[in-house]
Amino acid sequence: MSALHIKLFREMRRLWAQVLAIALVMAAGVATLLIGVGTYQSLDQTRNAYYQANRFADVFATVTRAPRSVLQDIADIDGVLAVDGRISKIALADIEGVEEPASVLLVSLAEDSVQGLNRLYLRSGRLPEPSGATEAVVSEIFAEANGFRAGSQLKVVMNGAQRQLTLVGVALSPDYVYAVAPGEIMPNEGRFGVVWVPESVLAGAYDLSGAFNAVSVRLLPGASEREVIARLDRLLAPFGGQGAYGRAQQTSHAYLDSELMQLQSMSRVLPPVFLLVAAFLVNMTLTRLIALEREQIGLLKAIGYSAWSIGWHYVEFVLLIAVLGIAIGLALGTWAGGALTELYARFYSFPVLVFSREPSLYLIAGGTTMAAAVLGALRAVRAAARLPPAVAMSPPAPPAYRNLLAGRFGLVIELRKTWVMVSRHLLHWPWRTAGGVIGLALSVAVLVGSLWSVGGVDYMIDYTFNRTERQDATINFLGTRPASAAQAVERLPGVLAAEPFRALGVEIGSGHVTRRIAIIGRPAAASLTRLLDTNLTRVDIPESGLLLTRSLADILRVGPGDIVNIRPLEGTRQSRPVHVSALVEGYLGLGAYMELGALQDLVAEGDQISGVNVSVDTLMQDALFARLKQTPSLGQISMQTVALQQFRATMAQNLYVMIGVLVSLAGIIAFGVVYNFSRISLSEQGREMASLRVLGFTRAEVSTLLLAEIAVLTLLAQPLGWALGFLVAFGMVEGFSSEIFTMPFVIGPEVFAYSSLVVMTAALVSGLIVRRRIDRLDMIAVLKTRE
Amino acid sequence: MPNEPADDARTQLLRTDKLTKTYAMGSTTVVALDAVDFAAHAGEFIVILGPSGSGKSTFLNLVGGLDMATSGQAWFRDQQITGLGDAALTRYRRNSVGFVFQFYNLVPSLTARENVKLVTEIAKTPMRAEEALDMVGLADRMDHFPAQLSGGEQQRVAIARAIAKRPDLLLCDEPTGALDSKTGIVVLEALTKVNAEMGTTTLVITHNAAIRTIAHRVVSFADGRIASIERNADRQAAASVRW
Ligand SMILES: Nc1ncnc2c1ncn2[C@@H]1O[C@H](COP(=O)(O)OP(=O)(O)OP(=O)(O)O)[C@@H](O)[C@H]1O
Ligand SMILES: [Mg+2]
Repeated sequence: MSALHIKLFREMRRLWAQVLAIALVMAAGVATLLIGVGTYQSLDQTRNAYYQANRFADVFATVTRAPRSVLQDIADIDGVLAVDGRISKIALADIEGVEEPASVLLVSLAEDSVQGLNRLYLRSGRLPEPSGATEAVVSEIFAEANGFRAGSQLKVVMNGAQRQLTLVGVALSPDYVYAVAPGEIMPNEGRFGVVWVPESVLAGAYDLSGAFNAVSVRLLPGASEREVIARLDRLLAPFGGQGAYGRAQQTSHAYLDSELMQLQSMSRVLPPVFLLVAAFLVNMTLTRLIALEREQIGLLKAIGYSAWSIGWHYVEFVLLIAVLGIAIGLALGTWAGGALTELYARFYSFPVLVFSREPSLYLIAGGTTMAAAVLGALRAVRAAARLPPAVAMSPPAPPAYRNLLAGRFGLVIELRKTWVMVSRHLLHWPWRTAGGVIGLALSVAVLVGSLWSVGGVDYMIDYTFNRTERQDATINFLGTRPASAAQAVERLPGVLAAEPFRALGVEIGSGHVTRRIAIIGRPAAASLTRLLDTNLTRVDIPESGLLLTRSLADILRVGPGDIVNIRPLEGTRQSRPVHVSALVEGYLGLGAYMELGALQDLVAEGDQISGVNVSVDTLMQDALFARLKQTPSLGQISMQTVALQQFRATMAQNLYVMIGVLVSLAGIIAFGVVYNFSRISLSEQGREMASLRVLGFTRAEVSTLLLAEIAVLTLLAQPLGWALGFLVAFGMVEGFSSEIFTMPFVIGPEVFAYSSLVVMTAALVSGLIVRRRIDRLDMIAVLKTRE
Repeated sequence: MPNEPADDARTQLLRTDKLTKTYAMGSTTVVALDAVDFAAHAGEFIVILGPSGSGKSTFLNLVGGLDMATSGQAWFRDQQITGLGDAALTRYRRNSVGFVFQFYNLVPSLTARENVKLVTEIAKTPMRAEEALDMVGLADRMDHFPAQLSGGEQQRVAIARAIAKRPDLLLCDEPTGALDSKTGIVVLEALTKVNAEMGTTTLVITHNAAIRTIAHRVVSFADGRIASIERNADRQAAASVRW
């Protein structure tokens, strides 16, 4: 090993704490890059491969009933590659030992499924015998939640008649990677699943022989989705077509998309922040190291080392730090990315979902970190390389301080001289001070930008479950029923109050923009549920006209007073202009509301309702469940408490884990910045500090010099960090908002307070660690030597 | 050892009894200071001479409360300073001792005046910073930063900083060591002036035997002990020193 290399390793050992602090910040950058991009790639690639292998369709449509001969007409549409017609029905299910009724989506399996789209991936067991009228295959998450195995029994009510199904296999399918019950937002693992049964069974039960009610289409590459949808709609209209839609509006696909979007927005913001801070720390530390080694550099040059080899020596120092940071970051990122991917695998059903370990990603993560480190080192290294040997050998000119404050403030307040020292030292190195402030501000910003979402989610929960949807449960009928059904429900045991509603599937549009949503019709006097605007003021349901959620209004680019077109997907199917009376807030999904009667008039169907919202006497809940199981025709019940639990569980899994990670990473930045800043400050002022001790200053008083610098830096960073954090949070709202889910942008003072507290604690801890060095200052050694 | 000022326990400002300092260097021990008995009286100006490594600095650091003795005792007035903890030693330095070192040790970010104020702000009965700087002849350089002052000027700022708290004891370790003779004499004049006007007991370590003439007493160290103590019968003014 060459002498310079020995020097390199000694240097690393001597400065190990600073080296580690920088390496950790780099590691955070590498890890976030790996977690964000790696998980994104894992999900994206797995999804693409799965879609390809199992022939996921591009366009979807449902009809009331269409003869299978129509499938050939669809196949003849320009741009259509393949067509698959199926029977698909929602049904109630009774799971042994579970009180709450469950619901399943029954999907037909063609006898010859080789040609089909959205093919099953059989996880275990086998497919039903085409002739086996009682055999079925069940979706994996549902099976796992309920402990189903081959041979398990499941009672399903098909068209009013209960049937016992024998489960012969567990499967996945690309159209139900993410399976939520219709009308719900979060998956209800044990209470909703997909059950595949032979086509003949469903055709018989629902009287759909030789017919289908759901169709999927795969497009030729380059075909226009828009045109195919238009042709499909025209073709299917006579059969009760409910409007075809592309992948973007296919629930499972859309959920995955919104997840991918969140990962992407995370990996765009965080890694650059960490790498920026790391580059700054490298610059700061190396500049000081080179200042201390001026004489050595001069000596090395005098004995014949070239400027290049000196420069390279310091670059190697930085690269070594980077290698350490990359190693830690890769280990951390691979582990956390794997953990996050595992988490995803619990919500999303893929045949296999493993964390992507693409070499290219590792190379990119390593490469960018190296580049950031070298970039940070560039200025300092250039200075070292350019130092002429003669200059390097003579001691540096004493730092020329200027009296920056005296003219302006000196007359007003007589500052303690220790504070004068602090302010002059900070002003003497303005760029370093600014860098420190920005580094800490970024750490505050990362905290504000992630912690606000805790309050955001709480607000959303409060808004949804306590303020607007205040019913204890919702009973959804299968299809519509006369209004009198509401009274029947009211008479059920444990039901205290019942309010009817009608959910009407429509295509709502303004200009070129259309969306498929459900308009909810409610009596104007409804009190279990109510609507609020963004300021939490109650919005009454008008006699006529439509209330839109803000997110839907934004998509359609309409406001109160504007007209939107509504085409019901059932009944008349006549497109009608309706005026928007007001906007309401709504964070889950796109929504629209009308007065019950006005909505019923829209489809001219008389007094039909889709379900009732009820308040339930909890003591009688079991009796209610039992009755609902006995009379499946009543429909499916979903409890708000369960919905809330699901919501929290899903959120806790995703958001809180992410926040935990971000808080630690922000702590690492704060610690790294303050630690390096203090060590350098101490190295520059150690002599003065020892002199002050000789003069009779106590340890505490001398420590003030350092702690005050940290305090000034930290305090200056707070307002800047709050402002940046506010922007980050705002960016997150935008980045995380999808049509499925928008975040309320509420950010209370406690978010800023808590973020500041975390950063100040990290700063204080690293300050106190460096303070211990002040306590050990050797006064006598310092006095013996010239600076 | 009869001499004046009176060798009387009441006027004894500083006293040591078998003051010893050893350093463990691996298996051997270095005896830096070997059972030194010494007394200095209030108002005395003492010059300490001796070859390099003879223990002069060690002695000064111990009686100044910068270091802890291995054995033996030292008293300042009737307070025993050996055995004091860090906090009490700090208080002792803060209230009673002024230091001047070879390498000035000024705070580069503070002006001359502010360097002095650094001390007056924490002292019990300080003089005004301007007054202290005036005593060392730097009234017209008060707002200069150390980098803007010559070596001799910097050393005089250090003296002003040391005396501004009106210490009872002024300890100087080679104050002229880094200066040429002309500047050195100006610094010595400042020291004798402070001693004369304020009665500050002053101990000055030097390698320059010529300086002995300005002392009341000259203490010579050798091998960690006091080899001899001489009284100057005919004390000279600092201005007359030549080297
Ligand atoms: N920290 C230490 N560790 C070990 N030995 C020490 C230490 N400090 C001083 N010594 C030793 O103690 C002895 C006395 O040192 P001291 O500094 O008091 O000498 P001095 O008389 O001031 O010399 P000089 O005139 O060169 O300043 C020397 O032999 C020195 O090597
Ligand atoms: Mg010495």
